[in-house]
Amino acid sequence: MNTLSFSAIATAVGLAVLAFAQWLGLDYFYFAGYTILQFIVLATAWNILGGYCGYVNFGTAAFFGLGAYTTVFMYKLYPLPIPLLMLMSAVVCGIVGFGMGYLTLRLRGAFFSIATLAMAVVVQTLVINWDFVGGSRGAYILHPENLEFAGLKVNYIVYLFVLMLILAVVALASARAIERSQLGFGFATIRDDELAAEACGVPTLRLKLIATTLSGAFMGMAGAPFPYYIGYLQPQSAFALDYAVNSIAMPMIGGTTSWVGPLVGAVLLGSAQQYATVTISSAVNLLIVGLMLVAFVIIAPNGLIGLVQKRLRRGPP
Amino acid sequence: MDITWDLLANAIVAGLLLGGFYAAVTAGVSISFGMLDIVNIAHPAFIILGSYIAYFINIDFGIDPIVVSILVLPAFYALGALVYQVYYLSFEKRGQESLRGLAFFFGLLFVTEVSLILVFGVDYRYVEAAYIGPSIHIGLIELPLRMLVPCGVALVLFGALELFVTRTFIGRAIKAVSQDQLALQLMAADPIRIKRIAFGISIATASIAGALLVIIQPVEPSVGRDYIGRVFAICVLGGLGSLPGTLIAALLLGVVESLTATFYGPSWAPAVAFGLLLVTLAFRPAGLMGR
Amino acid sequence: MTALLHVDNISKRFGGFVALDGIDLEVQPGERLGLIGPNGSGKSTLVNCICGTLRNETGSVRFDGQVIDGLAAHQRTHRGVARSFQLPRPFHSMSLADNLRIPLLYTVRAREGMLHAHSDLGARCDELLDLVGLAAKAKQIPRDLTQVEMRKLELARAMAAEPKLLIADESMAGLSHSEIDDILALLLRLNEQGITVILIEHIMSAVMSFSQRLAVLVSGKKIADGKPEDVVRDEHVVRAYIGQ
Repeated sequence: MNTLSFSAIATAVGLAVLAFAQWLGLDYFYFAGYTILQFIVLATAWNILGGYCGYVNFGTAAFFGLGAYTTVFMYKLYPLPIPLLMLMSAVVCGIVGFGMGYLTLRLRGAFFSIATLAMAVVVQTLVINWDFVGGSRGAYILHPENLEFAGLKVNYIVYLFVLMLILAVVALASARAIERSQLGFGFATIRDDELAAEACGVPTLRLKLIATTLSGAFMGMAGAPFPYYIGYLQPQSAFALDYAVNSIAMPMIGGTTSWVGPLVGAVLLGSAQQYATVTISSAVNLLIVGLMLVAFVIIAPNGLIGLVQKRLRRGPP
Repeated sequence: MDITWDLLANAIVAGLLLGGFYAAVTAGVSISFGMLDIVNIAHPAFIILGSYIAYFINIDFGIDPIVVSILVLPAFYALGALVYQVYYLSFEKRGQESLRGLAFFFGLLFVTEVSLILVFGVDYRYVEAAYIGPSIHIGLIELPLRMLVPCGVALVLFGALELFVTRTFIGRAIKAVSQDQLALQLMAADPIRIKRIAFGISIATASIAGALLVIIQPVEPSVGRDYIGRVFAICVLGGLGSLPGTLIAALLLGVVESLTATFYGPSWAPAVAFGLLLVTLAFRPAGLMGR
Repeated sequence: MTALLHVDNISKRFGGFVALDGIDLEVQPGERLGLIGPNGSGKSTLVNCICGTLRNETGSVRFDGQVIDGLAAHQRTHRGVARSFQLPRPFHSMSLADNLRIPLLYTVRAREGMLHAHSDLGARCDELLDLVGLAAKAKQIPRDLTQVEMRKLELARAMAAEPKLLIADESMAGLSHSEIDDILALLLRLNEQGITVILIEHIMSAVMSFSQRLAVLVSGKKIADGKPEDVVRDEHVVRAYIGQ
């Protein structure tokens, strides 16, 4: 199945979800659904560099937060429609991803990971000290309650939900396309044995930079609508380390070698967290994520997908 | 003019005291990352755990926090040995330590932090000891005892570790395992056991560092996150595997942070460590005294 | 005739340990050079410096008339230097055929004017695997191979890059006599097609029968370089390596 067919099917699934949501008529579904779709994008983006290339990025929050603050910046300057803001965030975060990669990808994997953590804090500190976007006081982002689309009155949260749905489809289709292309093949050699990859003629630095740029761009796009979703944005929430642990845990739990893993992980873990937040407390949901990450990483290193593949290979009893 | 010199001198001295403390915090990572090549980013979480244990016993039984930390050293050592054993069996043996090992420690960091939140809540905790409060004055310089005592203990800890690594058999074996595992095996020393001992020691230092931390500043569960960057910045800057290098880098970072906070404001201080780390990684990854 | 490979006074240290101490070496196009020496003498380090996996601290490496010191390893492979690793480094998540597909895609196809259709790639992988006797295992993953088979895969992967200079680093360790003969015959055939070969081995019979010239490395220094029958009689060589 080529990318076009896949995108068509994914879009159809998305439309089905939307139809279901309309039928349910619950605003909460859109709010929770938005969060899960956002996780799908973040997990998929992380996996391009982490799962495919084997380079662990702890700085998801930096790109997500930068995307969010690009929106805040434009909001204070000259409000633009969200899709345009998403594209701007993609460019900003892509450039930052490229720059960070250029400085640090020549180092061993462990150093790269630590550098990403460092970068996240540096970016956060810069934003906290930047008064124009509100600094540590935060920024209010106002939006209309409804939007007009071709004569239809659409609730704002539905609009955000649809945007994130489109982004999720694009992210998944892109990840799948990469995975099956020569680029993805090259990524796998970097993950398996970078030294041998170089010896075989694979331009590892160039490929890693592509991965970092794409990964950063998608994370930024996921962050762009966030200020509108939340209404009041503070650096602590935009740059929360929670984004890092989630974007690592979801692909690890779902499975890192394919586009399906982050999707599965995001849906399962995201839903579990929503449930925990509502029924118990929001601190507990992070505990769940942490415990599941540790457990899966020890017991099922190839994630749920890996477990399923092992079952299939063994065949029916 | 007088005021500026006064401010500058005190900022530098405060930075040195802080740096000494940072050295204690980093000592464990200097062993686990510098010598064993294990990226234990959960180390700050163990330190905070140590802080809370010191706080808890200090508040309930009135024992001095540093004494508490020494009393629980064996428990922390055992914890370290256990964590290493899991790490070894799950990742090192399978050769997957880069991706999954990192994720493992990241998960541990979160689990520890959130568990502390659930048990103790997010309020800041303080300890009580005779030396928290008074200061010594030498001319222009003010030396708060709550900084001086931890700095002193940190230097003693550091000295003890350096002696251990250079003078004892196990200590030298730890240095050796970082350079050539095969040769060590041929010398009839079990590298896995050596690494387990080393990691145990690394976590044991977290117990003491934790007590020092809660003396210097009030503690709440997410304080550990500020230290991840500091700790690795110091390790990289000092040169992996070099304890003296780590000490110098720690003092340097302490002074730079202190000066930044004094003259530019405390909200810029977190960026100092991380910025220094990025610069070092970009231009001189081997550090000041690197291998 | 200008040398294909010109190694000029290269040195490499690891901390306090001097791995290579001022090595000079020339390899003519089409030559068969044998490189021997005790373990730890620096043979693999020399290979790493030539191929770009490590950077030498002094001196320079010239390949095909051009200085390649600043080039990354993959660029040197594109220029025509290929090597097998002494300790095999296969891509463990891919089948054997896919392992060979990587140099085909990233080196051979990347060179200007060489385009293969996808089906040609598959046939070429099978052809290469057949040359080293691994055709039956094309769809298996490296984990299922024996050490010997992994060395053969290493060699096939280096050959897949269609090099001008092939460096075979201890490809024959653990092979039986007939297998050694097969690999020697293969390398000889490649050489007849114009590929320059540097053979690094401990198996003296193979080295002697294959090499037109022999160089000896001991403790990071080259102590002999000449005709094989002369070199093995050299008293320094006998003392340092052969007569142990």
